[in-house]
Amino acid sequence: MPLSVQETEVKNPPVSRPPLDPHLKALENEAIHIFREVAAEFEKPVMLYSIGKDSSVLLHLARKAFYPGRVPFPLLHVDTTWKFKEMIEFRDQIAEKYDLDLVVHTNPRGAEEGITPFSHGSALYTDIMKTEALRQALDAGGYDAAFGGARRDEEASRAKERIYSFRTPDHKWDPRNQRPELWNVYNGMVRKGESVRAFPLSNWTEVDIWRYIQAEDIPLVPLYYAAERPYVERDGMMILAEDPRLELLPGETVQQGMIRFRTLGCFPLTGAIRSTASNLEEVIAELEIATVSERQGRAIDRDQSGSMEKKKREGYF
Amino acid sequence: MTAPAQNASATILPFAEPLKAVRDTRPLRLITCGSVDDGKSTLIGRLLWDTKAVKEDQAATLARDSGGQNDLGLPDFALLLDGLQAEREQGITIDVAYRYFSTDRRSFIVADTPGHEQYTRNMATGASTADLAILLADARAGLLEQTRRHATIAALMGIRQFVLAVNKIDLVHYDKAIFDRISHEFREFALSLGVRQITAIPMSALKGENVVYPADASMPWYDGPTLVETLELATVRSTQAGGFRLPVQRVVRPGESFRGYQGTVAGGSVKPGDSVVILPSGTVANVSRIVTFDLVRNAAVAGDAITLVLDRQVDVARGDVIVSLDGQPMTGHHFDAQLVSLQPGGIEPGKRYWLKSGSRRQRVAVEPISQLELATGKWQPHASTLAMNAIGKVRLSFEELAVFDAYEQNRSTGAFILIDPDTLNTVAGGMITAKRGEVGGIHRGQGGEGQRVVLSLPADLAEQLMASELFTNRRDETEVKRMTAKQAAELFSNAGGDI
Repeated sequence: MPLSVQETEVKNPPVSRPPLDPHLKALENEAIHIFREVAAEFEKPVMLYSIGKDSSVLLHLARKAFYPGRVPFPLLHVDTTWKFKEMIEFRDQIAEKYDLDLVVHTNPRGAEEGITPFSHGSALYTDIMKTEALRQALDAGGYDAAFGGARRDEEASRAKERIYSFRTPDHKWDPRNQRPELWNVYNGMVRKGESVRAFPLSNWTEVDIWRYIQAEDIPLVPLYYAAERPYVERDGMMILAEDPRLELLPGETVQQGMIRFRTLGCFPLTGAIRSTASNLEEVIAELEIATVSERQGRAIDRDQSGSMEKKKREGYF
Repeated sequence: MTAPAQNASATILPFAEPLKAVRDTRPLRLITCGSVDDGKSTLIGRLLWDTKAVKEDQAATLARDSGGQNDLGLPDFALLLDGLQAEREQGITIDVAYRYFSTDRRSFIVADTPGHEQYTRNMATGASTADLAILLADARAGLLEQTRRHATIAALMGIRQFVLAVNKIDLVHYDKAIFDRISHEFREFALSLGVRQITAIPMSALKGENVVYPADASMPWYDGPTLVETLELATVRSTQAGGFRLPVQRVVRPGESFRGYQGTVAGGSVKPGDSVVILPSGTVANVSRIVTFDLVRNAAVAGDAITLVLDRQVDVARGDVIVSLDGQPMTGHHFDAQLVSLQPGGIEPGKRYWLKSGSRRQRVAVEPISQLELATGKWQPHASTLAMNAIGKVRLSFEELAVFDAYEQNRSTGAFILIDPDTLNTVAGGMITAKRGEVGGIHRGQGGEGQRVVLSLPADLAEQLMASELFTNRRDETEVKRMTAKQAAELFSNAGGDI
């Protein structure tokens, strides 16, 4: 396991860019502060890497925080095996390019018990292949801190979550009993088995994420940009139709259209939007007049009101 | 199920043109204080709604959960704000929530805190990072004890800009006299707390009057700013004026040749060539380089996350503070502080806690001196346990040398939390007021025989003096008390000596 005791110098040194505007600079400074604080106070941190835009920003900030040293902790990807193909390709390229330690974990129950988003429904599937898988991976690694890219503006229960979000040894979150968090002084004291989830992007909004990606020229999975792609309409969502495991239901046909994704997850549970925004500038322009939130395309948030809080209590990010 | 919301959004949300965010300033952090009865949820909901921070699908969920709307066709904003299941079930707000909205001039981070008395701790938490406080008053009820209580806590936590939102002004027929009376009363009170930037605004959050949009038709007598205009022009606190402070978070050694000290500048500024002192050891060195990912920089200011390289091999570890040679912080084993007790066990006299400030954690014993009576604003002697939600003055005693600024001078190096060694929970948030001599009290520093001068000054003059380098350097020899002119007059009439 790489530790910060004897660090090596980074590959791919940075390039010079125009200075950030004061708003993004303040958010960046705060995130870097959190990264450094967690890395210094915890014995074995890990960064949850989901390959999406927020993870891409998180990774970029981690590289900035520890420069000229290397990122002093591994990245963990919980692979449900149902991610978009382009996400996995992108993940492996990034790990290579930035010289990162990448840990990939899949819950063996998926293959053993044939658990798929089609056969078991999104709630049970997410519980086993994401929440349970994450707990397995965190236990196996013995990590006492895990960085995540969650933002408070994403969802109502997250608006109340701390930057250091304390978890019991069985990864439970108790929203009624959170540690108070004052100024930027974080309490990183935990007992053996307990851990924190740390959220450097807590105070970022979706627009901030996109503007930062633009300002810092951060590479993203191409699925965020509009292109002609095959899709199937199901339950009011447009599902990408390129994976052979997607079986058409009676009455469904594969259609072609200019679509893109505002968030990326498991392809059967992630709806596309119609869009002609094929580059970053156009995506930002589209976003600034958007009338729906980004999580609207996520099936798992729609199971019931308060469903995110329930999943978080059980150990989901 | 989504039909009502779509109706609402079709009529309410004016999505006319793209929001062109300029954002040439840092985000303003603010706190809202008031109870449900004052219309706090409605006000925040209105802010989010009129700045288009609420999206259609969120509004649809809202409409689905609330099952109804008020007579203006708006959903129940409280449901938008109360994110936790327990809150929805009980219809109360139990914790600090953070909200985000922006205009084309600036973005805002709102700490939304519950109003009940037992949640002083939540308010203190939200206020700790805020630059401005919005205090809500119901125009029909006027200033309540609760409003004064909230203002007191906000001032104590270092907030120097207040907005008084005189809400529900429509329910008193837009009566200017009522607004004038409430805002005058509030102004007097805020001044007594040392807060001089006060804006009072008559508004109806429900109708959206003077929140984002002006209300010239219903209140032709009011020519002041709307709430959002006030927020756009508010100042973001900066600690760039004082001495340089860098609490060292970690030491980075990516090879034999490079050794850098990583941290966030907590005060002042720094450039290559500056002489610095490492505290608590007192070692002196010069800055050779400021390294960031983007480029080697020729200066860094308060707020910047940097890596500092010094010109010589010195012993620097996490928890140390690198400071400017001129204008150093206070170092010592005994300090005076104010704190807010955050947990059911309270703060026990004599118990050894962990204190964390910046990146430094050390053992401390806490001795309560007095407790603030929120109803009257008076400090009462109190040497026993400070119960949850109590605000107390305490003495801190350290085993190892401690390094602080006064909170009034620096909200970063003057702030700390206490951690209970048994539960590891955060049990207090505190603010350093002064360094204390070994025997006690600055006034006994010279055996009680030294000459001292008590001045009574207008607040603005005092602030200018206190901001000067000369004053800052000898801050730990001084004592400052804020009061009204009337209190000062009483003090001086009772005082002996030739003053």
